[in-house]
Amino acid sequence: MKDKDNVNARSLAYIPYYLWVVLFVIAPVVLVVYYSLFDVSGRFTLSNYADFFTPVYLSMTLSSFWYAFLITLFSLLIAYPAAYLLTRTKHKQLWLLLIILPTWINLLLKTYAFIGIFGTSGPINALLGSIGFGEQQLLFTSGSFVFVSIYIFVPFMIMPIYNALEELNVSLTDAARDLGASGWITFRRVIFPLTLSGVKSGCISVFIPALSLFMITRLIAGNKVITLGTAIEQHFLVTQDWGMGSTVAVFLIVAMAVIMFLTGGSRKGVRK
Amino acid sequence: MRKKNGISNLYLVLVFAVLYAPILYLMFYSFNSGGTMHGFESFTLDYYKEVFADTRLIIIVINTLVIALLSSTIATIIGVFGSLAIENMRRARLKNTLLSLNNVLIVSPDVIIGASFLILFTMVGIKLGFASVLISHVAFSIPITVLMILPRLQEMSPTLLDAARDLGASKRDVFTKVVLPFIRPGIFSGFFMALTYSLDDFAVTFFVTGSGYSTLAVEIYSRARQGVSLSINALSTLIFLFTVFLVVAYYISMRRGEKRKLADAAARMGVPE
Repeated sequence: MKDKDNVNARSLAYIPYYLWVVLFVIAPVVLVVYYSLFDVSGRFTLSNYADFFTPVYLSMTLSSFWYAFLITLFSLLIAYPAAYLLTRTKHKQLWLLLIILPTWINLLLKTYAFIGIFGTSGPINALLGSIGFGEQQLLFTSGSFVFVSIYIFVPFMIMPIYNALEELNVSLTDAARDLGASGWITFRRVIFPLTLSGVKSGCISVFIPALSLFMITRLIAGNKVITLGTAIEQHFLVTQDWGMGSTVAVFLIVAMAVIMFLTGGSRKGVRK
Repeated sequence: MRKKNGISNLYLVLVFAVLYAPILYLMFYSFNSGGTMHGFESFTLDYYKEVFADTRLIIIVINTLVIALLSSTIATIIGVFGSLAIENMRRARLKNTLLSLNNVLIVSPDVIIGASFLILFTMVGIKLGFASVLISHVAFSIPITVLMILPRLQEMSPTLLDAARDLGASKRDVFTKVVLPFIRPGIFSGFFMALTYSLDDFAVTFFVTGSGYSTLAVEIYSRARQGVSLSINALSTLIFLFTVFLVVAYYISMRRGEKRKLADAAARMGVPE
């Protein structure tokens, strides 16, 4: 009898968690799909989906993916060597902490800093002026948007790659060298394949948020860059067209699921 | 070889310089009496006085801290039982499903979380404001705490529980005297992760906050959209110093923890200290 009571008490303690799963994981997705089937005036319709497959939204989606791809690629190119060099330093815990530290500063503050840095009388323009390029309009361009996004995301790319490099067995690279592999071949054939899991999780943690950024686009790019995230924010909070916003959200969820499925499957393979 | 080292050091220095330059730039101009983020005129502390005189801003800072502490505490408690629920799941398929469901919010973009929670709150009829922000922060912190606690639970050997039970511990004792102490490091790191996620969040809060209630990130966003105001710079300097203080404290405690772990391992192997 006492045992049964205990079992009940235990399942009672699990209830908040299960409730959370139902209310905040399953219900929101269902609600987004449900809302995507209604237009502004609350009529049941598929017109939102028809609207989504018009050139306006398709080109927006395409450019959103293109920017996210660029941001991910450049973050990777910058982060990989940095992570690699970090593993070779003394006091690497301290250096890693210094990489993580800026991520604790709210990203809005960092974005705000760039309003001053890229401003027409900011330091970058002063530098350009002294080399003889004259004053440029840097703010409210797509280039500055990509730069600021890379700046924000590089630490998130460094961390998983650093962890993967740390797990790498040093004797493997030693073996490659002993067997006559050059530095480049050791990297390409041994180090990079073995740290692919870190690269993948880094890319996921950059690509998905990059698809849905809206504060950086608003503050830095003006209305030059419209991402899927900007569209969702616009529909939900400005035009109040929740149906269309939900439709874009559904598309983003599907894209996310596809990415997770593709990379998740192969990540299991690497771990094996 | 030495030359190669020089180049790699240069690269790292460059990465760190770019990483910290914007933050230092913000801090530097918080002392500019000129009122702009360029052309430093003379040193002033006016903007700091402005920050401390701005009661609205101070209330918002307090709001942000209250939300962060409350939400991560609640999320950690629910997360402990959530990880137990996952760990005690007998059927492997159910367990995997529950784990995937747990991770959905971690990989979801903030905009989606914010928008879907907004729909949820309006449907259920929760007024946008303190309650909706708190509930959202608890909701997106729970999976993080579970992910930090679960590995510790999996490390725990079942024989430990058997031993406790054989020695006459009640289920309650097993939980409070064996399980909880064992997973304590996971609970702490889960709590801190939840805290940083909550403090750092902008997008989710932006969606679910009403007009009367604001957190720091949302407030900075609306001020920054109106242009440069050096009180934001002063505020970010204060936040940065506070963060550095926290990090140094964390680093020192971590070092201490490592030493203790080393001592533990040594003791286990029978090496006298």
